[in-house]
Amino acid sequence: MFQSIGEALLLFWRTLAALPHVWRQRSKVAEQLIEIGTASLLMACILSMFIGGVIALQSGPVLRERGLAGALGGLVGLSMCRELGPVMMAVLIAGRIGSAMAAEIGSMAVYQEIDALRTMNINPIRYLVLPRMVAISIALPALVVFSILVGWLGGAVVSALNDQIAVPFDTFFNNLRDMVKFRDVVNGLVKSFVFALFIGMVSCHQGLSTIGGPRGIGRSVTKAVVNSIVLILILDYFITRFFLVFE
Amino acid sequence: MSSERQREAKGGVPVEVRGLRKSFGGVPVLKGISLNVEPGEVFVVMGPSGSGKSVLLKHIIGLETPDEGEILVAGEPIECEEVAEKYRLAMVFQSGALLSSLTVGENVGLYLTEHRSKPPEEIARIVREKLELVGLENVEGKFPNELSGGMKKRVAIARALVIEPQLLLYDEPTSELDPLSAITITEEIVNLNERTHATSIVVTHDRDLAFDVADRIAIITDGEIRLIGTPAEVKGSRDPLIQRFIHADFKPERT
Repeated sequence: MFQSIGEALLLFWRTLAALPHVWRQRSKVAEQLIEIGTASLLMACILSMFIGGVIALQSGPVLRERGLAGALGGLVGLSMCRELGPVMMAVLIAGRIGSAMAAEIGSMAVYQEIDALRTMNINPIRYLVLPRMVAISIALPALVVFSILVGWLGGAVVSALNDQIAVPFDTFFNNLRDMVKFRDVVNGLVKSFVFALFIGMVSCHQGLSTIGGPRGIGRSVTKAVVNSIVLILILDYFITRFFLVFE
Repeated sequence: MSSERQREAKGGVPVEVRGLRKSFGGVPVLKGISLNVEPGEVFVVMGPSGSGKSVLLKHIIGLETPDEGEILVAGEPIECEEVAEKYRLAMVFQSGALLSSLTVGENVGLYLTEHRSKPPEEIARIVREKLELVGLENVEGKFPNELSGGMKKRVAIARALVIEPQLLLYDEPTSELDPLSAITITEEIVNLNERTHATSIVVTHDRDLAFDVADRIAIITDGEIRLIGTPAEVKGSRDPLIQRFIHADFKPERT
């Protein structure tokens, strides 16, 4: 396990060292961005809408009973941008994009395509890892912004339409505006950026270290997704703890 | 790669393997291999399956790191990053190893595209030319999975040709091919060597290919070199193991 962590960190370091070459790989970054967008945008929309809705549904009646229904906007707003937006989107991306990265790079490793790149003096980190890492680091925070907005909307719709909650749109968003500060959104974006780096690093590393044919590719994909999700949840705690120091 | 360096390094390069040892999981695969390949020579490495031929080839191009010993390309250790910058090396993999997500044209032009050495129109022209050279036309837009095994190998050779290599390695170039395709590939290897004077190292267990193309042949058995010599010397060897290997034939017992 420690060897694997060491290798993944080394890969991350080498990818950072390759950053000056990112402009030359811009078309591949764009390709990856389009792939991430098409694979996850609809799912992100559905997921976020229902997450926002279910928070409102769970907490709305309880708050109303205690005469605190007006605070529902703030509750949904903060939950979405501090926790649920970044974490749920990271889990979604680990499942949809991390797995695809591990499978594609893994299959290239197994079928000697990466060896072929090396023999042509093409650095696989610059050619394969760098564009994926850059794309995921841009796409995940962008997706989180989208998810937060859709989640807020989902919460507001449920709050307004559910008879047990009955919080109108303007009350919901006025409270949300009062409670959610710019730094809360930044908090979520920083989290998602860190999650993106880890998903990219873990998935690309698993792909590159794939051995043993189709079964090996399957193993790499599973490891990439499971390790990414475990890391997301552990990192989430520590980043939250870190931000609490500044409050 | 700078054009100055390219000019510096024209023609084939010599290769020297010194005391190469490699084990996988404690099992020795190469047990102290030493050989010299002259510039422009076609050097064939023959041996039964599992004798360590392909592992040797991977060491020569720097895809594997030796446990002991060293590989020198034009006198410089292969692991030195300068070597890949200074000399043009290419390998034709047994499976072709074409990038499955790229078209044939993109695969063949990959080296030039990634190293930005030519404008796109020039790259397209070179790709067409190299594909024609290996007898393929109008396949640029196809994906590797639409091609037969023989076509994939020829595309892989075209991809290697684009590099204009000074050292060209072939890993089992005729395996899985029908006899006619095998002859085409054999002719390609000879023609290329005559035209480019690149040093060629061919790993194979195809006796016809070996004796047709080789300037010299090395026979490897069980991770060790059994013999290095010209095709005539190998044929004339009295070593019973070599004789068995080069004359192996299926003789059914008929009643």
